[in-house]
Amino acid sequence: MTTLAVNSPAAVLQPKRSTLVLRYLRRNKSLGFGLAILLFLTLFSITGHLVADVNKLAYPLAVKPKQPPNPLCVFDSTMKIGKNCFVLGTDFYGRDLFAVMAKGLGQTARIGLLAGVLGTLVGTLLGFTSAYFGGAIDTVIRGITEVLLPIPVFLIQVLIAGAIDKKSVTVDTMALIVVMLAWMGPTRVIRSQVLSMRERMFVNVAKLSGMSNLEIIFKEIMPNLLPFLGSALVGQVFGAIFASFGLAVFGLGPLREPLIGNTVYFAQYQASFFNGWWWWPLWPSMALILIFGALTLIMVGLDEIANPRVRRSE
Amino acid sequence: MYLVRRVLFLLFVIWVTSTIIFFIPRISPRNPIRERLAELSRSTGYAPKDLEKIVQAYNQKFGLDKPLAQQYAEYMGSVLRGDLGPSLNQYPKTVWELILEALPWTIGLLISTTLISFVLGNMLGALTAWPKSPRWVKGLMAPMMMLQGVPPYLLGLLLIFFVAFRAKLLPMGGAYEIGTRVSFTAQFIFDVLRHQLLPGLALVLSSVAFWALGMRGMGITIQGEDYVNFAEHKGLGAMVIFRDYYVRNALLPQVTGLALAFGQVIVSGVLVEQLFGLPGLGGLLGKAITANDYFVIFGIAFFIIISVTVLMLLVDIVYPLLDPRIRIDSK
Amino acid sequence: MSTPILQVQDLQVTYYTDAGRAKALDNVSFTLNSGEKMGLVGESGSGKSTMALAMMRMIKPPGRIEGGKVIVDGTDLVTLSDGEMLKARLSKIAYIPQGAMNSLNPVMRIGAQMTDAIRAHDSSISNSAMTERCMQSLESVDLKREVFKMYPHELSGGMKQRVCIAIGILLKPKVIIADEPTSALDVVTQRQVMETINRIQKDLGCAVILIGHDMGLMAQSMDKVAVMYAGKLVEISTVRQMFTHPFHPYGQALIHSLPNLDNKGVLQGIPGLAPSLLRIPSGCAFHPRCSKATEKCMVVTPRLQQQPDGRFVSCLLYEEDKVTA
Ligand SMILES: Nc1ncnc2c1ncn2[C@@H]1O[C@H](COP(=O)(O)OP(=O)(O)OP(=O)(O)O)[C@@H](O)[C@H]1O
Ligand SMILES: [Mg+2]
Repeated sequence: MTTLAVNSPAAVLQPKRSTLVLRYLRRNKSLGFGLAILLFLTLFSITGHLVADVNKLAYPLAVKPKQPPNPLCVFDSTMKIGKNCFVLGTDFYGRDLFAVMAKGLGQTARIGLLAGVLGTLVGTLLGFTSAYFGGAIDTVIRGITEVLLPIPVFLIQVLIAGAIDKKSVTVDTMALIVVMLAWMGPTRVIRSQVLSMRERMFVNVAKLSGMSNLEIIFKEIMPNLLPFLGSALVGQVFGAIFASFGLAVFGLGPLREPLIGNTVYFAQYQASFFNGWWWWPLWPSMALILIFGALTLIMVGLDEIANPRVRRSE
Repeated sequence: MYLVRRVLFLLFVIWVTSTIIFFIPRISPRNPIRERLAELSRSTGYAPKDLEKIVQAYNQKFGLDKPLAQQYAEYMGSVLRGDLGPSLNQYPKTVWELILEALPWTIGLLISTTLISFVLGNMLGALTAWPKSPRWVKGLMAPMMMLQGVPPYLLGLLLIFFVAFRAKLLPMGGAYEIGTRVSFTAQFIFDVLRHQLLPGLALVLSSVAFWALGMRGMGITIQGEDYVNFAEHKGLGAMVIFRDYYVRNALLPQVTGLALAFGQVIVSGVLVEQLFGLPGLGGLLGKAITANDYFVIFGIAFFIIISVTVLMLLVDIVYPLLDPRIRIDSK
Repeated sequence: MSTPILQVQDLQVTYYTDAGRAKALDNVSFTLNSGEKMGLVGESGSGKSTMALAMMRMIKPPGRIEGGKVIVDGTDLVTLSDGEMLKARLSKIAYIPQGAMNSLNPVMRIGAQMTDAIRAHDSSISNSAMTERCMQSLESVDLKREVFKMYPHELSGGMKQRVCIAIGILLKPKVIIADEPTSALDVVTQRQVMETINRIQKDLGCAVILIGHDMGLMAQSMDKVAVMYAGKLVEISTVRQMFTHPFHPYGQALIHSLPNLDNKGVLQGIPGLAPSLLRIPSGCAFHPRCSKATEKCMVVTPRLQQQPDGRFVSCLLYEEDKVTA
């Protein structure tokens, strides 16, 4: 809680807010590092959208493009320097992998954010209701969560995605499939946090001073929950991207879209290593490693804020 | 009393899950039999005129023409009797036969990697949090943090690229050299182990990091505890304190974590098997999903959920033996 | 009386914190004869626990022992090797911790936590002899033998405190330091535990340092009292001297702030705040709060000096005649 004070208006008065944030990120290295990686990926994707016609180049083509598609040219489709220029090469279907990566990062972020925000929202709402009002509502919500929690969610997601007709799966329906079974985590975390906060003095004081339930929730409880919400959100985004990747490995989900997971799938499907297209699965898997690594680092960093006791001793 | 309630709860979980996994594929507009027949006719070039009739016949044979509720009741009944039904795609093999064929591969891979990474990870984590350990051990933490989040599938992909494809040190996939016969000769076993090395490493790397980080968090908390300090006041050596006072306490929550992590371990295992083309449950599930093979999907999912719950129960039983503060009856 | 069993000379400890260097122990010196019991009092943060930990060589980073000697029974603990120090703990000098509630390992039986301590000092002792010694130790602190087989969570707070004492006396140390052994207990249990400590001290004939805030308990069972202020000992005197006629103004303020029937209803405290160890006032550290402070007190640092009646005081009021003489 003490580190939170850094962001409170009183402490920000002297140096600029941005320098304070930067200074904090230097201390909380994992958070800083994670955010830096995400920033890098975002910039890459934006650059890609700017310099290349991603909406054309990222999709399978009947004929390979003749014009050099972007000005950053180094390699040709066989990853040899020169000739037909594609910075990251092309794949078996003739797609420019640079455009695929740029577009795919954006779409992967879309699934992650959509599912992450929705899941956190649902989870928070349920957790709140459950903890704050208690009684029968609590019993029902907690019961459902407890029963669903041991089930390997991914398995069910695979079943749902497999049952849906492939043609009707879009990036957004994919996000919805992921959300359906992913709200239990946040529900549990938020519930236990609200419970412990409800017991603490300040809420009781607020109650005595005649604040309404909503006022108490937004003025007293919410601010203290922020680090936990942040952590839950990042966790959800991670889970969503992981799920979409896992489904892609089984050839499920919106395969037509150049999602990063799908790119890995197709590279595997076409036995890219055997056939000498070694770069094809390399870019997407490195991107995914960066995404997952960054999200994990951010979660570790947020935990440090939420729970100063685990702060590093060094 | 507590255990009885716990068993009832876990049975309930199993029932809920099996209901979910029964209905999802059946609500689907896809019909596995028609798809299979269509595929067959594509590959043989022979298109039977009365395809629909054959589909009907098979539907009837597998009981798929009955109302869903009746199918559900009958199938659950047979599951209770231990019969998971036939495979739609690889008929006349039964689901049990397929699972039993695949199981040794999966169990071998998962149990060995989980054990290795649990032991290794907890040791590493305890050491990184222990103030007296050397600097380079503490330095391992940064890569661990990153590694923890990376799915083994991706690590496996990189391993395939660098170790198998570039350096040609190990095979790129498969369970054994194509053309060899399954036998219990030393040569064959060695060949299998060689093929398991990369998938095993992929699984171990990320879960070692997972356990190490958890243990490290616990370790930092435990270090500040009065009983660790008092142990030093007693003049105990560093090894004894490390073993009896520090690790034993820090390990307790990790054991509980073992059951919870198992679900994730299975998922990772399934994906890695798919990547390396191993004949385990992962490969089987992959095929079943592509073919929408209801019974096999159900069988595998059912089997996984049973193993997860059994493991949870096992932890419930073992934990009180480790932590004297918890008694099974006290809850 | 007898020869000193414990001599502490110029012991210095500094904590190197982010905010600066904190001199938590500044040239602390005193001696204790065997069989003597000394109470150590002082405000929270004055450095009492630090002194105890320094004597055990258990100061951890960011703290460091900067200098001084801790001579127990003729050996200087500060110069021992790490291995020798391990052996010295519990056999020469024992520490009974401040928070006995959490000082026992929750997953080990009491017996195992006693025997591992013996085993660490004597690898040749037989198991039965070891068990027997633990049993005796438990009985001498008025615990039943069954406690040997119990887990910490099965014991009450007072019992845990007794177990800690029983562990402390396992190897019959020459010096026992008890850090607020009674502060978490109710009054009745407090008395019982104090009685136990007193009896054990008599049986073993060791020296005892009792850290605490309860002047009443000190008066009842201690021989000497040492007063600590901002990392320094400012007065060491017998209990009688301390309670009838304290010399140091801080000691006087402490005694006067004790409730008695005369000043009933008035809660007396010492005016001002305890100084931060990071910015210790110049001269005598107590001068900003001292009613008798002179200008000289802001400049000259007093030294701990023996007075004609045998007590030690560190105050310019009593130094003057010597300085001028
Ligand atoms: N690990 C540490 N790091 C930095 N400063 C410390 C540390 N431990 C103690 N100190 C400082 O040393 C001073 C003395 O602390 P100590 O614990 O010895 O006080 P005490 O007299 O035992 O207080 P109490 O009566 O509350 O137990 C305090 O001002 C404290 O801030
Ligand atoms: Mg203290």
